[in-house]
Amino acid sequence: MEEALLFEQGAPGRCGVDLPEPSRGENRLGGLERTGDIGLPGLSEPEVVRHFVRLSQKNYAIDAGLYPLGSCTMKHNPRLNEKMARLPGFADVHPLQPTSTVQGALAVMDEVARWLKVLTGLPAVALSPGAGAHGEMCGMMAIRAAIDARGESRKRILVPDSAHGTNPATAVLCGFTVDPVPSDSRGRIDLSALKAKLGPDVAAIMLTNPNTCGLFENEIREAAAAIHGVGGFFYCDGANFNAIVGKVRPGDLGIDAMHINLHKTFSTPHGGGGPGSGPVVLSAALAPFAPLPFVVHGRQGLQLVEAPNGEHGGQAFGRVKAFHGQMGMFVRALTYMLSHGSDGLRQVAEDSVLNANYILAALQDELSPAYPGPCMHEVLFDDRFLKDTGVTTLDFAKAMIDEGYHPMTVYFPLIVHGALLTEPTESESRSSLDQFIATLRALARRAKGGDAAHFVQAPRLAPRRRLDETRAARNPVLRWRPPSPAQAAE
Amino acid sequence: MRYLPHTPSDRAAMMRAIGITAIDELFCYVPKDALLARPVDLPPHAGELAVERVMTAHASRNMSAGSVPSFLGAGAYRHHVPAAVDHLIQRSEFLTSYTPYQPEVAQGTLQVLFEFQTQVALLTGMDVANASMYDGATACAEAVLMANRITRRRKVLLSGGLHPQYRAVTETQVRYLDCAVAAMDADVTGQEAMAPRIDRETSCVVVQNPSFYGHIRDLRPLAAACQAAGALLIVVVTEVVSLGAVMPPGEMGADIVVAEGQSIGNALNFGGPYLGLFSTREKYVRQMPGRLCGETVDADGRRGFVLTLSTREQHIRREKATSNICTNSGLCALAFTIHLSLLGDVGLRRMAELNHRAAVDLARALGSVPGVEVINRTFFNEFTVRLPRPAAAIVDALAEQRILAGVPVSRLEPGRPDLDRLLLVAVTETTQAADRDALVVGLRKVLS
Amino acid sequence: MSGLKYTQEHEWILRDGNVGVVGITDYAQGQLGDVVYVELPSAGTEIEAGGQAAIVESVKAASEVYSPVSGKVVAVNDDLADNPGLVNESAEGDGWFFRIELGDPSELDDLMDKAAYDAFIAGLK
Repeated sequence: MEEALLFEQGAPGRCGVDLPEPSRGENRLGGLERTGDIGLPGLSEPEVVRHFVRLSQKNYAIDAGLYPLGSCTMKHNPRLNEKMARLPGFADVHPLQPTSTVQGALAVMDEVARWLKVLTGLPAVALSPGAGAHGEMCGMMAIRAAIDARGESRKRILVPDSAHGTNPATAVLCGFTVDPVPSDSRGRIDLSALKAKLGPDVAAIMLTNPNTCGLFENEIREAAAAIHGVGGFFYCDGANFNAIVGKVRPGDLGIDAMHINLHKTFSTPHGGGGPGSGPVVLSAALAPFAPLPFVVHGRQGLQLVEAPNGEHGGQAFGRVKAFHGQMGMFVRALTYMLSHGSDGLRQVAEDSVLNANYILAALQDELSPAYPGPCMHEVLFDDRFLKDTGVTTLDFAKAMIDEGYHPMTVYFPLIVHGALLTEPTESESRSSLDQFIATLRALARRAKGGDAAHFVQAPRLAPRRRLDETRAARNPVLRWRPPSPAQAAE
Repeated sequence: MRYLPHTPSDRAAMMRAIGITAIDELFCYVPKDALLARPVDLPPHAGELAVERVMTAHASRNMSAGSVPSFLGAGAYRHHVPAAVDHLIQRSEFLTSYTPYQPEVAQGTLQVLFEFQTQVALLTGMDVANASMYDGATACAEAVLMANRITRRRKVLLSGGLHPQYRAVTETQVRYLDCAVAAMDADVTGQEAMAPRIDRETSCVVVQNPSFYGHIRDLRPLAAACQAAGALLIVVVTEVVSLGAVMPPGEMGADIVVAEGQSIGNALNFGGPYLGLFSTREKYVRQMPGRLCGETVDADGRRGFVLTLSTREQHIRREKATSNICTNSGLCALAFTIHLSLLGDVGLRRMAELNHRAAVDLARALGSVPGVEVINRTFFNEFTVRLPRPAAAIVDALAEQRILAGVPVSRLEPGRPDLDRLLLVAVTETTQAADRDALVVGLRKVLS
Repeated sequence: MSGLKYTQEHEWILRDGNVGVVGITDYAQGQLGDVVYVELPSAGTEIEAGGQAAIVESVKAASEVYSPVSGKVVAVNDDLADNPGLVNESAEGDGWFFRIELGDPSELDDLMDKAAYDAFIAGLK
């Protein structure tokens, strides 16, 4: 069913809230009142509810089925987390209340920090970044501040060619230059190429581990030793922490800073693209440079350091966000941590890795794995299995939609041709995985059997067929506008 | 463990299928001594009831703003959010979906973003808006970077009426880029003159309206001064409900508008997650940071929506991207869009009027308290008062009487004795006459 | 078309007196897919040989376009603003990007001719 835009519905004067009539009296707006219509439609509550319920039905969601989007960790979002985040003692608390009235909120921040420090084996954490890329910026700024404090002017950042696009973009924001490092034939960083690029002007390396090919960087300690040997820092993109949580502490691998996407590993809901939360754990060398604010234990309970105070925060590199970070996400993440416990989190990592390898084992003869296994929590295929079929990775992905699945991440990482990056997560049962595997095998056979038309036409059964992205980009229409009088008359 | 479906026999069967006998064979690339042999030193898993007890105990140690008379603002406001908003954002299809990378099965999220972008453009009086940013402060910093890209200049002038944390976030964001940020001194009275500080090297001027101290200013002369110098005017709005009553920045000549959208649809949440709004003029759209949703058609010619102009973004442009941002505030944007749909023109205007009336009444009442001076001539729903003694101690004393009296300016501008008697006081449609009376009585008592 | 010279970055240049006309090659447009936007330099800009002169964007990619020669930009193809698809339809003709006053005409001698470029892209496949 089609659903008209909000702006094509409603009637002037209609309203979905009942508010009292304001009293009349003195106006203190200084003669700068808004005049004329704003242009918002008038709708009653039943109209609004129906509109958004209908729109929701056009979305795929984890709650509806397996969502194997590699690199994104689309795991189950427990509803207890939502219930806890809505307690008035969390949701209805103002960020600037006296700290004596928010000791419970500060305790939640302190507990989230403790869990993250123990799980990563690093001594400090900055909680305030709003998402993973924001955490990267925070970590890289701490590195920049530490380098500046030494009186050095290192500017070069080594970034593998398989890295998330946020890594090079972040490095540039921190005033660094990016020097790509090639991957080897095993999908891992080429250690000798890395060593060849090292020098006194290298500030840091940004490495994802497990990496974007779903592989553990087995020479990570050698890489850490090499970068430390020239006086640089080791930044780890922690997007894939889910594969190792409770099994490996990044601090034991020589990492100096790593962001953790709470919306991935600790299951705060993705909400159609956010909000996220990206705390950064820091080594002892970087800890003094952590941004404001942070929680400390004081004589009168927990205190929030919002400005350098002589005792704390003197070397903080600044502030990355207003107020104190994504509190609503901290509550959800802590609820998730307490529910799983140290044993459950370890099981999360093991099951997520088990599930990915189960898919790899079941599909390796029908699809084409980009690298030999075992993989970590996600399995990467390339498009060799589609060679000469007339079916592209994109066509294959779209055909999955008609089978009732959200496609995996496609065409990333860039170093693999026609990449299909598949992350089942620990939330899937064996029978769910078997069904998924059977579907992919059948699709692969169909492609090889010469039925390219089936794929090129897909999807047929979704709320929309393929959309014209060229048209959208050549002539961007980014908002609704009222029809002109001439159009209205037609 | 209730969230993990596998039984031990499932795991054994799956390992057999893979051809391994122990799970750690899959972790064979981890350095041996780095692979933990047992769980880390944290508590073991717990059932719902046990977890709920722990979390509820934490929550009970906070004073919720709604349980007491509350006058806190300074960039975060407690408004009434209709019940339908929270019900709808908890729909599984909204809550548990990802960024709409496969538009055929994400038309719900995409159409909402298109409606959101339209609402933000209308509210701010601008041509186009993006699909949201982390919060108002990071949106402000991104606006400065965008202005530098457009003007190819590097001098940034921040108003003394800008929220101090927005100033700090902006300074931090550009501190390692070749960029000179000058911040005007705290503009307590709303009288600052920025135009003389603008020159041919100025990239942008950042001004908040209503200002941090609550003043509403006519920005048209400043816009003209910016235009004459080739600089861009960035207008920041931290209380988005004000746009239901106050002339929108677009009408005053803003080039970029950034705002904190929390007030509409979103709870206080102790400071996050919030919702950064970002709008600009049509001609600058390709320099905008963040995601954009655009209208197009599908293979059958039916209207549909996609993320577009993504070549600006990090996953394509990598080190040449307009910003490193990947995530937006999707679910907060959804809440905003639903709440604003319920309000419509009529509701938003009335809500804004109720806020303003409550503030006018409170200003009159506080002005009658001996020793209290209301500084503002103009304001929307928040204003500044000067107290006879440092505000922080007075706020603490009132908190003990279960009154959240406002935000002492010293909380955000520490180390400034000249500002430590200032208190920001905000009201909304949720403030009742009894709350106002409680504050007046409480202040009289504390000050006497 | 004869007389065109090519770079390894897939730009072409055609000499017209003391001015060169620059665009991207047909091979390059094929690799990019549907071009949706072209960011052109402003007239009067001085560019070094190999310096970034323009950006060409398709739905999924954005590429820098470098000037094959040094000199001053004297004109740009305004038609691309409304019709970026011209780059796909006629990359080495109506889809030209800009005209540049040749700072040093001898720089043209360092570029590939048609046969050399064809051999170069054959080696890329």
